[in-house]
Amino acid sequence: MTLELSHFTAAVLFSVFASVVFGITQRSTSRDQIRYGLYCFVLFVGGVFVAGWVMWILRH
Amino acid sequence: MANSSKSTPVEAQNTAVPASPSMSVIAPAVAWLIPGAGHLIQKRWIRGLLIMASITIMFILGLLMQGRVYQPNGGDILDILGFVGDVGAGGLYIVTRVQGWGHGAIAHATADYGTKFLIVAGLLNFICAADAYHIAIGKKP
Repeated sequence: MTLELSHFTAAVLFSVFASVVFGITQRSTSRDQIRYGLYCFVLFVGGVFVAGWVMWILRH
Repeated sequence: MANSSKSTPVEAQNTAVPASPSMSVIAPAVAWLIPGAGHLIQKRWIRGLLIMASITIMFILGLLMQGRVYQPNGGDILDILGFVGDVGAGGLYIVTRVQGWGHGAIAHATADYGTKFLIVAGLLNFICAADAYHIAIGKKP
């Protein structure tokens, strides 16, 4: 069985799992863990969009 | 003065209780071998299950994307670093090698993502093992 994800789907899945682990391990209280996990997720996905636009600008 | 020794609920929640000394060795070892188990044996059920699900799914997705599984005798320095990342997944990596799953070379573009998923799953598990250790020594609640 082979899984062929699009670049964006792979990046979002990566962001979800990494953010969950970062949130749990880098903060102590439940509230802070959720907030930090969401913060990491937004930065990951935001970074994908920024990198995408930078590559588009370089290409054109 | 009588109230000075009482802690508020928030303070009580943030106070970490050190476990037994043997737990500081067992927890990170178990956490490395089975992702999330280091938290589960210390009764951090939700954290443990979330870590277990995240790292295991990430590793399996890497395998399904035909990511490269690095060998210990890669020779090249980047191969050695890739192996260090992969081996962080502990039992998942051991089972993968024993069963002969994974690929030795990247065949297409998505497989490169798979390789990164495998490596990062292992590196995240190292962080979780360190976190399990911090809980065991009482540094973290």
